[in-house]
Amino acid sequence: MRTDDLIQTLAADATPVRAVTIAPRLAGVTLIVAAFWAAMLASWLGLGPATAAANGWFWMKVGYSFALALAGLVATAQLARPGGRLGAAGWIALAAIAVIAMMAMRETMSAGPRQMASLWLGQTWSICPVRIVVTAAPIFVAGLWLLRRAAPTRLALAGAGAGLFAGAAGATIYAFYCQESTAAFVLAWYTLGIAICAAIGALVGSRLLRW
Amino acid sequence: VTNTETVLKELMLQGLAGDASAHARLLGSLSGFLRAYFGRRLGSDAADAEDLVQETLLAIHLKRDTYDQRQPFSPWAYAIARYKLLDHFRRRGVRRTVPLEDAGVLLAAENAEEGAVRRDLAKLLAELPERHSALVRDVKLTGYSIDEAAQRQGVTPGAAKVSIHRSLQRLARKARQ
Repeated sequence: MRTDDLIQTLAADATPVRAVTIAPRLAGVTLIVAAFWAAMLASWLGLGPATAAANGWFWMKVGYSFALALAGLVATAQLARPGGRLGAAGWIALAAIAVIAMMAMRETMSAGPRQMASLWLGQTWSICPVRIVVTAAPIFVAGLWLLRRAAPTRLALAGAGAGLFAGAAGATIYAFYCQESTAAFVLAWYTLGIAICAAIGALVGSRLLRW
Repeated sequence: VTNTETVLKELMLQGLAGDASAHARLLGSLSGFLRAYFGRRLGSDAADAEDLVQETLLAIHLKRDTYDQRQPFSPWAYAIARYKLLDHFRRRGVRRTVPLEDAGVLLAAENAEEGAVRRDLAKLLAELPERHSALVRDVKLTGYSIDEAAQRQGVTPGAAKVSIHRSLQRLARKARQ
């Protein structure tokens, strides 16, 4: 086909177009997934929002994962567009990690040597990252789907952004059903679960997001 | 470059609102810039360059809903062109890096040789009567359709077609001298 003919064909198809919106849709999907997990996790893990929210440490966990989710959402929306950059998302994520790391350090300094294990490992260190990844999975699929319909030009980074958002949103949901109470635990195992999601996103993204 | 950006963005916005003729003009101008951009980076592979031009135009058309109207237009178009070039190298199994340049390179897409061609062309066009050169410029360089160009110059489409045809023959003769 000659280029001029192609242009005429495309121009004939120039219907009015509305700009894509990534962030609101992704947030909407996440609320639906959260409602789904609220029903599932209550029967799976027993605990629920009412019990969890009564504790101060609950807000520490939610605040951390929510800030990372916000970073992931900004990153995904930015990187979905051609030429999109990480922008503020990287700084939001770094700030959240710095704050929780400082809290974890304070806990570690004031704890005796015998408390170290319970501080950093809690009761559930071996299952927490896995549960976060599982909770994040449906959100991750939705994020990839939205990215595929958009036009990312830095595929691995965009995939990692979607993974970061899914992991952190999953962690926010999971925080309602998690009984751990130390910042050290959150720094180690929440971050690990979220980082696994981001890494999967980067790997999968560089292949699945091609267009 | 700044001026081109303004014009292209305006055309893009009109195209997004459903103006087919603005959209055609946008794609027409872009095809010239893209041809130069890919041509320089692919070297001798002219056929590949034209394939890439078409692929990029198609992508720009299909993904035009990802353009954020608050942002300048050329970085968006440049990112798509660069992505398609990288994609082309990857499919070929060539490990090549494409430098991330300022988006202006797309619009300034003119190497020394092309610059010389453009100057020669301007010199040749200047020898044609004003109305004929305006038609050639509108249709062959700016990307208007024949009907639109005819309307701009106040002649019938048939007359415009004949005029352009004769002008091109004349230019070809002159260029050979």
